[in-house]
Amino acid sequence: MSFINKRAKQKIAFSFFSLVSFTVVAILFVILGFIIIRGISVINWGFITKMPEEGMTKGGILPAIVGTLCLIAGSMIFAFPVGVLSAIYINEYLKENWLKKFMRSMTNNLAGIPSIVFGLFGMALFVDKLKFGDSILAGSLTLGLLALPVIIRTTEEALKSVPNDLRVGSYALGATKLQTIRRVVFPIASPNIITGLILSISRVSGETAPILFTVAAYFLPKLPHSMFDQAMALPYHLYVLTTSGTNMEASRPMAYGTAFVLIFIVLVANLLANAFRRYFGKKNKMN
Amino acid sequence: MKDTDTIQINEKDTLTYNGLHKAEAKNVNLFYKDFHALKNINLVVKPNTVTALIGPSGCGKSTFLRLFNRMNDLIDGVKITGDVMLEGRNVYGKDIIVDELRKSVGMVFQKPNPFPKSIFENVAYGLRVNGFNHKDKMEDIVERSLIQAALWDEVKDKLKKSAYELSGGQQQRLCIARALAIEPSLILMDEPASALDPLSTSKIEELIYDLKDKYTIIIVTHNMQQAGRVSDYTAFFYLGELIEFDKTKTMFINPQNVKTQNYITGRFG
Repeated sequence: MSFINKRAKQKIAFSFFSLVSFTVVAILFVILGFIIIRGISVINWGFITKMPEEGMTKGGILPAIVGTLCLIAGSMIFAFPVGVLSAIYINEYLKENWLKKFMRSMTNNLAGIPSIVFGLFGMALFVDKLKFGDSILAGSLTLGLLALPVIIRTTEEALKSVPNDLRVGSYALGATKLQTIRRVVFPIASPNIITGLILSISRVSGETAPILFTVAAYFLPKLPHSMFDQAMALPYHLYVLTTSGTNMEASRPMAYGTAFVLIFIVLVANLLANAFRRYFGKKNKMN
Repeated sequence: MKDTDTIQINEKDTLTYNGLHKAEAKNVNLFYKDFHALKNINLVVKPNTVTALIGPSGCGKSTFLRLFNRMNDLIDGVKITGDVMLEGRNVYGKDIIVDELRKSVGMVFQKPNPFPKSIFENVAYGLRVNGFNHKDKMEDIVERSLIQAALWDEVKDKLKKSAYELSGGQQQRLCIARALAIEPSLILMDEPASALDPLSTSKIEELIYDLKDKYTIIIVTHNMQQAGRVSDYTAFFYLGELIEFDKTKTMFINPQNVKTQNYITGRFG
């Protein structure tokens, strides 16, 4: 009798677990479906190639798309080298001591800072103190700071996954530490490092708070000409269309269209990350 | 013998190097933090011989092996006293650049550790990192090294293929070829066959025997029969001390120390 009870309990428990996990997946699909169904009606060639018109109720969102792409590129140009180099320093050069632990925990703390605080800091430092003004440069640097801990952590994980046998084998042949990193460690770690880069791109492209005070323009129907120009950006444009448009009812479909484009960019970045991992994972297979 | 041209020997050291002591440890002590891992070791390795280091796990034989290419430097908290000599030159001397030293000492590890590169590039690696990039000569050296490592016939048609397509035994011979390509004056092997099947093991043993003509080899092994088969000299380590060092034949037939006798006959270890 107790045997049946145990089996029944097990069945109930697992049914519950599967219900919960399927709910999570379902929520994702509901969100995606919601955006797609509402947004797809405004998506057409004009929507992604035109300026906003008639109080942002007609036309397209081209400047916001371009702005977001500029911010992604700008933040990565800054954050990728800095993040990768500091991860190499922490993981390959520092010995296991208090300094390494300190650097690691500080990196983790940096990841925990709310993004609005980054925004405030970016405004104080880049916009005011360094006099970049509201600009793509200031916004990129602020977003870059936000992406740094993500890049450092994924790079560190990538470096840690390189077997130590290979480093030792390289040293034994007379290679210096730098040669070992460049010729053995980095090529093996690079697919995972690039995966980290792409994931941080998807993080950066969706952030609103850090660009709020540093770059984002409410309405700017022209494309930026230099990194000192202000720019529109997709997440902020979405916020504007939803909360403070001139005619909110009329701009609502435009908001869903914007959300659709934003999700599309993030989705493409994530798919790219997966493809990279698979492709290079096969190429550099360890046994 | 191709000794003197591979390392720069300064005048003073040349005088002390008579060509008979390829490698030598003089009163060597090694401390790992508070642990006294090697206790006053004295040992001479003659050129063109194979010296086996035997003893139970943790006896210090691998640590001793790693003195000669300073791989112990990679571990924090290691302190060494005494002299470790390679061709009359103090390996821990102030004038030694570690990367340069390692160029002249080949090492083969317990687990095959080829790089995730092509077979060709694995063998070429040691030369490339040392600034050698001559294309034609490189091909000659790679071929010669693979022939010496008894791997050439098996891989000559797939030099561009990944080293990971080879079997474990082939990978280990590739690692030996990689070490030979830099023309080392001394080859260190740390249980090179312990991760391999019996057939691959016997191939490696034959190879060690053949390499003796050109090279000097120190090999760490767990396996008594292996030490008996491949080595000319055997050193028995126990708890950080060198208990006995003699010609392998002499030691296996007539060990002087009772600990050696017990270990060789399999009573402990």
